[in-house]
Amino acid sequence: MLALQGVSKSYPEYRLPVLDPIDLEIESGQFVSLIGPSGCGKSTLCNLIAGLEQPDGGTIMLNGRPIQGSAGNVGYMPQKDLLLPWRTLLDNLILGSEVRRQDKKNARSEALVWLKRLGLDGFSSHYPQQLSGGMRQRAALIRTILFGQDTLLLDEPFGALDALTRRQMQEWLLALWQETRHTVLFITHDIEEAMLLSDRIIVLSQRPGKIVKDVSVPFPRPRHPDILLRKEAIKLKKELLELLSAEVKDELYDSSVLEKQVL
Amino acid sequence: MDKYRSQGLSLSGIRRNFPAFILLILVLLLWEIVVKGLKVPLWLLPAPSQVGKALWQTRHLLLQHTFTTVLETTAGFGLAVAAGILTGLLMGIFPSVKRLFYPFLIISQTIPLIAVAPLLILWLGYGLLPKIITVILVCYFPVTISLLEGLEASDPDYTRLLRSMGASRWQILRLVRWPHALPSLFAGLKIAATYSVMGAVIGEWLGASSGLGVYLTNSSHSFLTDRVFAAIFTITVLSFVYFLVISLLGRLALPWLKIEK
Ligand SMILES: Nc1ncnc2c1ncn2[C@@H]1O[C@H](COP(=O)(O)OP(=O)(O)OP(=O)(O)O)[C@@H](O)[C@H]1O
Ligand SMILES: [Mg+2]
Repeated sequence: MLALQGVSKSYPEYRLPVLDPIDLEIESGQFVSLIGPSGCGKSTLCNLIAGLEQPDGGTIMLNGRPIQGSAGNVGYMPQKDLLLPWRTLLDNLILGSEVRRQDKKNARSEALVWLKRLGLDGFSSHYPQQLSGGMRQRAALIRTILFGQDTLLLDEPFGALDALTRRQMQEWLLALWQETRHTVLFITHDIEEAMLLSDRIIVLSQRPGKIVKDVSVPFPRPRHPDILLRKEAIKLKKELLELLSAEVKDELYDSSVLEKQVL
Repeated sequence: MDKYRSQGLSLSGIRRNFPAFILLILVLLLWEIVVKGLKVPLWLLPAPSQVGKALWQTRHLLLQHTFTTVLETTAGFGLAVAAGILTGLLMGIFPSVKRLFYPFLIISQTIPLIAVAPLLILWLGYGLLPKIITVILVCYFPVTISLLEGLEASDPDYTRLLRSMGASRWQILRLVRWPHALPSLFAGLKIAATYSVMGAVIGEWLGASSGLGVYLTNSSHSFLTDRVFAAIFTITVLSFVYFLVISLLGRLALPWLKIEK
């Protein structure tokens, strides 16, 4: 279980804190999405959990152990795939085990199994520059999983993809998670994506970020994208959109754009 | 990354350089015709064919001198690369070291080699050592600067990814910063390689018993202009060979740069 208690963060450059004290609990094996206006501190929260930055206050516990300020406890995947251009696909996938000084041979054969499952084994000795955006993103996710921790932080992993590829990736992730049951904190701007994938959706307010809504997504699993056409889904979407556009009404978004999305 | 891509020796490389090759032939032909037509005296400007003749006639002598120059250049280049990589890494890893030495590194480049070389002869005599040092002086800077720039240009997002995995400073250096700096380092190595022969020749100019610089000054003092050109030709070819060797090593070390996007 991932548990945040009173986690806050501010940067000296600005008077307004980035995160107001945040309390959040994520059960093991739960898929939780985090949505909120741009700049509200979603990535900052990720960085704190990943141990890239120290919170000003509060504790972050993973399975009962405090992990604030220490890295390597969770798998972290940023929006960019960050595959190293001088490494082949296979060698990119074993980066985590190399950092952890594990046996390279084992790691390679484990990575190959994954590539086979994805039908990517023909590309194992290709360089990232030779792969499509969707393939690279999948590879980045596999690298995150192969890092070997059962908690994953995915910070807008599909944000840079086109709509079609994005939908494919969502279905792929859905099927994958169904098997592995990682604990996932998934950051997105896409409400439909959040509804399709998660057990719970958390809405952050504008900066300073605090939790303004925590809803569970009632649809049964395994899920199919068609559930988004259901009445309850449309109702939930509308509710979330209203919340979000209330948060961002002043500056960032043109709320008429958001409203159009409802239909 | 395109600017780092090396000019190939491959078939497509030959095809690409074909127009330049034709131009070279034409210029040489024109040169030959003008010199022969106007009956320009040999000591003023030899025709390409006369330079070729001088090359052939003095080939044994030339080879001996070339051997000395190659020895000096290779030793100097190797030492400069070793020193450049070592200090470049130190400055890249420890910002305080960089703050201390970087200004001197830049200033040192503004001191003219021609002014320093006679001092080296004065202090160290006419042997190989002062020439090796002039080569080092010429090659050290581009190697160090290009490595340092490559190390500093590494994408902070990669560093963050590695840090999130709990990687140490050394692991980040080994897995991200160093490989990221390699294309830039090789660009610097290529510049150093093309200048290296010149460094040795300048050293030899000012006093030596053997080397292409000696052959060059002796020939020019005796108004053997065809031999001067023969020496220039040899120096050019030699510099080009060093460049090619480095380019080839670069292609072997950086296979991922060849990949088309
Ligand atoms: N290292 C830093 N120093 C100072 N301010 C920062 C730093 N990192 C982030 N911020 C600020 O903190 C705020 C929150 O940033 P963060 O990246 O967490 O937002 P976000 O919710 O992920 O936004 P987006 O949806 O655009 O990704 C922003 O206003 C940003 O300018
Ligand atoms: Mg963000």
